[in-house]
Amino acid sequence: MKPAPFKYICATSLEHALSLKAQHGDEAKFLAGGQSLIPTMNFRLARPAVLIDINEIAGLAGIHITAGPTRVGPLTRYRALQRDAAFAGSFPLIAEALPHIAHPQIRNRGTIGGNLSHADPASELPAIALALGARFRLQAAKQERWVEASNFFVGALTTDLKPDEMLVEIELPPAKPRTGTSFMEIARRRGDFAIAGVAAMVTIGDRQECTEVRLTFCGVGETPVNASSAARSLIGYVATEAALRDISASVQTMIDPGGSVQATADYQRHIAGVLAERALQTAYQRARNGH
Amino acid sequence: MSTRTFGEPIKRNEDRRLLTGQALFVDDIELPGMLHAAFLRSQVAHARILKIDVTRALQRPGVVAAYVAGDLGDYWQPGPILVPPPPIEGIVFHERTQIPLAKEKVRHVGEPLVIVIAESRYIAEDALDDIEVELEQLPAVVDLEKGLTAGSALVHEDVGSNVSAHVRQTKGNYAAAAARADHIIKRRFWYEHGISSPIETRGVVAQWDGRANQMTIWDTTQAPVFVRNGLAGMLGLNERQVRVIAPFVGGGFGPKIMMFYPEEVLLPWVSMKLNRPVKWIEDRLEHFFATTHERGQVHDAEIALSSDGHILGIKDVFLHDGGAYDPYGLTVPINSQCTLLGPYVVPNYDSTFTQVFTNLPTVTPYRGAGRQHGVFVMERLLDFAAHELNIDPAEIRRRNLIPPDAFPYNNEIIYQDFEVLEYDSGNYEPVLDMALDAIGYQTFRDEQAKARTEGRHLGIGVACYVEGTGIGPYEGAKVQVQSNGKVSVATGIGTQGQGHFTVFAQIAADQLGVKVGDVDVVTGDTDQFYWGAGTFASRGAVVAGNAVNEAAKVVRKKALKQASDLFECSEDDLVIDDGKVSIVGIPEKFVKLGDLANLANPMRGAVEPGTEPGLESTQYFGPKMGATANGVHAIIIEMDPQTFDLKILKYVVVHDCGTVINPMILAGQIHGGVAQGIGNAFYEKLVFDDQGQLLNASLADYLLPSALEVPRMELGHTVTKSPLNPLGIKGAGEAGAIPGGPLFAQAIEDALGLKGRVELLEIPLSPSRLFELTRNTKR
Amino acid sequence: MDIDFHDITLSVNGQKYQRRVESRLLLSDFLRHDLALAGTHVGCEHGVCGACTILLDGEPVRSCLLLAAQANSHEISTIEGLAGKDGAYHPLQQAMHDHHGLQCGYCTPGILMTMTAFLVENPSPSEGEVREALSGNLCRCTGYQNIVDAVMSAATRMRG
Repeated sequence: MKPAPFKYICATSLEHALSLKAQHGDEAKFLAGGQSLIPTMNFRLARPAVLIDINEIAGLAGIHITAGPTRVGPLTRYRALQRDAAFAGSFPLIAEALPHIAHPQIRNRGTIGGNLSHADPASELPAIALALGARFRLQAAKQERWVEASNFFVGALTTDLKPDEMLVEIELPPAKPRTGTSFMEIARRRGDFAIAGVAAMVTIGDRQECTEVRLTFCGVGETPVNASSAARSLIGYVATEAALRDISASVQTMIDPGGSVQATADYQRHIAGVLAERALQTAYQRARNGH
Repeated sequence: MSTRTFGEPIKRNEDRRLLTGQALFVDDIELPGMLHAAFLRSQVAHARILKIDVTRALQRPGVVAAYVAGDLGDYWQPGPILVPPPPIEGIVFHERTQIPLAKEKVRHVGEPLVIVIAESRYIAEDALDDIEVELEQLPAVVDLEKGLTAGSALVHEDVGSNVSAHVRQTKGNYAAAAARADHIIKRRFWYEHGISSPIETRGVVAQWDGRANQMTIWDTTQAPVFVRNGLAGMLGLNERQVRVIAPFVGGGFGPKIMMFYPEEVLLPWVSMKLNRPVKWIEDRLEHFFATTHERGQVHDAEIALSSDGHILGIKDVFLHDGGAYDPYGLTVPINSQCTLLGPYVVPNYDSTFTQVFTNLPTVTPYRGAGRQHGVFVMERLLDFAAHELNIDPAEIRRRNLIPPDAFPYNNEIIYQDFEVLEYDSGNYEPVLDMALDAIGYQTFRDEQAKARTEGRHLGIGVACYVEGTGIGPYEGAKVQVQSNGKVSVATGIGTQGQGHFTVFAQIAADQLGVKVGDVDVVTGDTDQFYWGAGTFASRGAVVAGNAVNEAAKVVRKKALKQASDLFECSEDDLVIDDGKVSIVGIPEKFVKLGDLANLANPMRGAVEPGTEPGLESTQYFGPKMGATANGVHAIIIEMDPQTFDLKILKYVVVHDCGTVINPMILAGQIHGGVAQGIGNAFYEKLVFDDQGQLLNASLADYLLPSALEVPRMELGHTVTKSPLNPLGIKGAGEAGAIPGGPLFAQAIEDALGLKGRVELLEIPLSPSRLFELTRNTKR
Repeated sequence: MDIDFHDITLSVNGQKYQRRVESRLLLSDFLRHDLALAGTHVGCEHGVCGACTILLDGEPVRSCLLLAAQANSHEISTIEGLAGKDGAYHPLQQAMHDHHGLQCGYCTPGILMTMTAFLVENPSPSEGEVREALSGNLCRCTGYQNIVDAVMSAATRMRG
């Protein structure tokens, strides 16, 4: 399984990379971690004519935590996110998801920007980006724009990126106080594509009542699914087992998973319900315990 | 002090090269001028070939040749039947063997259409896109029952149906047994075994040297001698002109003994035609189609019992998916048919199977080789009987075990080695007791109840099986003491990780009183040893091991005779140890084995008539029939009743394979087998659509268990020697893989409290499948 | 299209190499066939089995998912560089031998590269952590138990 021929260019700067992409458009792909791209090229399912390697560009990786938003460079490897204790402390939702992403060797190379740009429907980070309300800066040779995560994931393996754009920055809003999070996933083996995964965020008020709830899923649709509206009923109330069961049922009616060789659509739907209940329960407890 | 290594956990001779990246595997062969092959394979399962045009491929720079079936002329022929139909009365068998390149028709996805030869594999793969192929797609035969209906598409039109074989074997009179039974339980079962998927795929390098008139073939085969003989015949060469080398092979598990794969047949022919060495390495995607599978069977089985749970008889009618061709005869379904009987007394048995041609890759043995299917049926029938009769599942098994004084135990039907199925020796109850003890069977119900109060769902499973091992025809070994005192052992079988370099060395070392590390073992090179069958059916240690022992015994005798002549004393006064022969009680009166070897090959003086030069011997061993090993597996699992995810808390294997040569290597074989059994039961499933397309042809979607899915295993063993060979050993290679299916089914039913509500009648299972099977039942 | 070549300089096991490679040449093939370092094995070419694992600047990565051209100016470590110059085993190699952690040996180099790097990062792992670290390397022969034992044993020895 050898890849089809292509032209390889090692970009020396972001400007270089973007001008190459402007030149070649859809015929070229950026090579970041390569952990998703190279397998598809080895299978000859993807045959870009040009590969623009961005791994040697300085300044594209890094985590900058501020009092306000946190900015993450797109070339930041999963392993760097795992090893950064401050980042894990600020974004436990991401920290909890990272061990589910493939395996250590993949995490040594794979990047957050590459993952988000690839937009695999089963991928964890898009769902988490949605839950966190992340924003992405997309840059082309001559302009840049910001896109909300909710508008970025357009379809299976399809994002709002234009042919000449690169995702150059991921902005995560600051963690809200009195907020608990939980990420859970069901996969056949650890590291496999998610059959369904859930990201839950619960913010509570003085009376332990939920003031804000976010609930998103990966693996159950063409894009990450925002099911937060299913948890509307929690706002203003303490989360009870009965309330969570209702939400679980509600979630199941909201999603339309496609099934796969690993699981039927009904099983995915069922799991989404189970995960919703469990993740909301855990997130709520964590909010109460000062997570 | 004598060197006794037999039975000791001796560390392996072969490890250094493997640990330091210095071991030679087929893809490591680099030869000057070597070309690379790639195959254009059919993307559809069943079609007529209308046109293949390689013109554009030949124009691509770097492409040297491209051949279709027509280019092979008389060389194109179906492969030989490897295992002819056994001598069973009334047998129906339609021999249709695989061909090197498809001609007129393709019969499964992946069947090769064109072989392209280029300067690199990269370019060869580029050239595949240049080839124009026109196929007229035909409906694919995938479902076994549908494949047998009138009007079904036919895989081989000239057979007139999709029946590859039909076999009925009986023992006693089932109908009479059923008539007097207190209970009859009837079920339909589906059992699918998966693919071997060794980490090293297959590969062939062929080098024709036109000036030396020699063909050298490196091949990941488990049977180099048979490959040499067959290819020499096909190529019109003398056997001595062909050398087949199976170097280090990265896992075999059965499908690497299948022969002659198209690639094995084509690469040497291409090398002769182009007068250049050629290499083909199967990539992982190809492996899903180009290497043989095991797959599924559908059983309609019934068991007749007395009210105290004794088996009066079993009747089974099953369909076996044989795939597009049947070169391996009936080995897999016959193993199912025979191994179903298990360690139990089954006085009456009526078993019928139909092997069905399908438009799917060919089925040949993969570790367990059909035994899994039979064991699943028997163990599940016993579980349902236990439930209906209100007998404990372990107890119902105990009541039916063949008693220790009943051996050799004759089951009357014919086994895969064409002999009557006779179990040589066994003592089954202690194995069951040890397993029950190790798993904590007596205290489990309390443990389970307590866990339930904590919201945890635990379940237990116990499964028994026998494993027919160590079958003939024979193996041979040459043992030779060299002038430096080291011992060389050569044998005709191949090695794929089973520790032959160590186990055979131990046997020779013990006979000749040398260190295990001073015994150098060569396997898998037809120039080093001419005769043999191969590594399959858990026979390596038994058959080749005994051959090594016989040869080493003769060498030992020769050495003692030589020394007794030298010292002018009786052989009884001599001892062999530490590489020397010395006189008992006078250690300073010794001669080194190496010196005896030199004396046996003098530069002057005559060799006496009736003797041979050198301190060596070649001996053969052929058991008259296979030896029967047995075992019991037990498992405790925890299930998540909402997600149906499963965690193994405890896994016990108690096994009896007779005398043990190296307990460390044996344990490794069991561990590996269990891992494959776990994969088979809960993770590995080939997903074909109704047009014979494999939907999960990648390791991302065909799920091999990792270190997180395979638990720590606890092993125990008993020793009931085999009377069929001097060392008393039975094989053990497949044991770990055999009972995983029924074990999981039983334990999952127990954990989820399904007894009496939902029966698990199929393997593999998965969380999604369990959800579907249980969703309509009320809790 | 014309073949796209690149001149690369890299260090493998401490030795410098200069080569000209086609852009699409996978690092796994480059190591095995261009540099004749065939100890790194290929099992799947889609990043799942882990047999091809090497160290890139000290971190375990799949060499089947890297282009040789990407290794330019980087340091690669392969199985051939693990034992000492005098042939002395790394403690993990010794432990694998002592615990029968290999059968056919095909997945072994990938496991050794992964787990030696793992032990540097986590010198005192639990069995669960070892299994997690090992989960990206598939073995079809051993059932993993002896490999886990070997890693735990090597960890103990390396802690002194």
